[in-house]
Amino acid sequence: MTDRALVVVRAGALTTVQDQGRPGHAHLGVPRSGALDAPAAALVNRLVGNPPEAALLETTLNGCDVRPRSAVTVALGGAPCPVSVDGRPVAWGAPVRVPAGALLSVGTAVSGVRSYVGVSGGVTVEPVLGSRSTDLLSGLGPPPLTDGMVLPLGRPIGPHARVDVVPQPRPPVELVLRVMLGPRDDWFTAAAVHTLTTHTYRVSSASNRIGLRTEGPALERALPGELPSEGMVLGAIQVPPDGRPVVFLADHPTTGGYPVIAVTHPADLPATAQAVPGTPVRFVAVRNRTR
Amino acid sequence: MRALPVGDRALLVEVSTDEEAQALHADLLRRRSEGSLSVREIVPAARTVLLDGIDDPARLAAQLTTSKLPSALPRAAEVVEIPVRYDGPDLADVAEHWDVSPDEVARIHAAAEFRVAFCGFAPGFGYLTGLPARYGVPRHATPRTTVPAGSVGLAGPYTGVYPRSSPGGWQLIGTTDAVLWDHARVPAALLSPGTPVRFVPVGSR
Repeated sequence: MTDRALVVVRAGALTTVQDQGRPGHAHLGVPRSGALDAPAAALVNRLVGNPPEAALLETTLNGCDVRPRSAVTVALGGAPCPVSVDGRPVAWGAPVRVPAGALLSVGTAVSGVRSYVGVSGGVTVEPVLGSRSTDLLSGLGPPPLTDGMVLPLGRPIGPHARVDVVPQPRPPVELVLRVMLGPRDDWFTAAAVHTLTTHTYRVSSASNRIGLRTEGPALERALPGELPSEGMVLGAIQVPPDGRPVVFLADHPTTGGYPVIAVTHPADLPATAQAVPGTPVRFVAVRNRTR
Repeated sequence: MRALPVGDRALLVEVSTDEEAQALHADLLRRRSEGSLSVREIVPAARTVLLDGIDDPARLAAQLTTSKLPSALPRAAEVVEIPVRYDGPDLADVAEHWDVSPDEVARIHAAAEFRVAFCGFAPGFGYLTGLPARYGVPRHATPRTTVPAGSVGLAGPYTGVYPRSSPGGWQLIGTTDAVLWDHARVPAALLSPGTPVRFVPVGSR
């Protein structure tokens, strides 16, 4: 009997199981969740021959070490990092064979924040509402990885991609986020809207899977108080009482009472997953449909 | 009614009252099930309904704002009954706020016909309307660090039941053994927007 599983040897700072998330349940208070850098996750799945919905590992800054109980093909994407198998360096961004019992070490990100570890067959923990993603806001899905944890793997489906290495976007040196103002930009002064779209903010170290927090000039409100709770979208830029904009990421709450001054273009969100604290952030107002 | 663009794939439709928001939500669900509305998420809230994942927000906005708001709520499905012991730590404070006895709080609360206006805060946490406006209560200025699962609380115009233990600022008037959220169950949420609810008093512990 093959024992298809990954043993977690070193969980790292924060490693979670992620897939495409569980959209469609926001009306029940369930966040969408899912891989923050979705294109990177899709790419490593393709490299190991998985369908796009297969679950994989999302690391944070310092990688993780895992030992597969049977031979698997893995691929790394997202934040570039050193990778080794039983101490021997192997390629990042390409399919790599890991023999049964060998140690796959995913090192500290050279740049960026989150590396994605795709494994042939995918991680097959029990899905919750159709998704295996860990949701750090509501606690749905598997808990973050801990040392010694054993993750079940599925049967490999397709052959891995026949490539040496594939180009991947570099983690951003500066985040430029196209934003559409509203729905609550009228809750802010004209000066605040101007500040948002002309000043450079910086990524705060308090950022997480729920939101990209920023440091920079506070945005002044034209209207005091809180809104009655209203629905929130991915990429919404909510402004809490401290006046510093927060960009809502995959684990964001489904409703909220702080006004949303603008909404980030979806195509600009994957880069937020890779912006280290201190990265400059510029919000650029766009008007038209730019999809 | 106004429809505010939220990025280029969503609309926030805003109305004036809780009742209008619930009627609009019911109407949008009907349109979606009939196939005349294509949208990924319909998220009702206090005075708004968010339509997320739509192709042409501008066209839908024009359509919505020229159509008439449905006047009445459709008669909803089966009533969910939630057994409750009116033994919460804030029962006496709420009684004082309402200027009635604690027993009377239980009687008034159990006599009301509730409806889930919207969900949020945590999976399966419903904001229930149905108490007359004069029975609104403020939240605690400092939230409790832990509110046990099954606690029945009041805040503003709403009643809510904590699906699991969490921090919370609502005024707790009772406890239920009902399971509000169980992701192994279908459906996972006992309460979803539009569900009619009654609280049924059971003997105190």
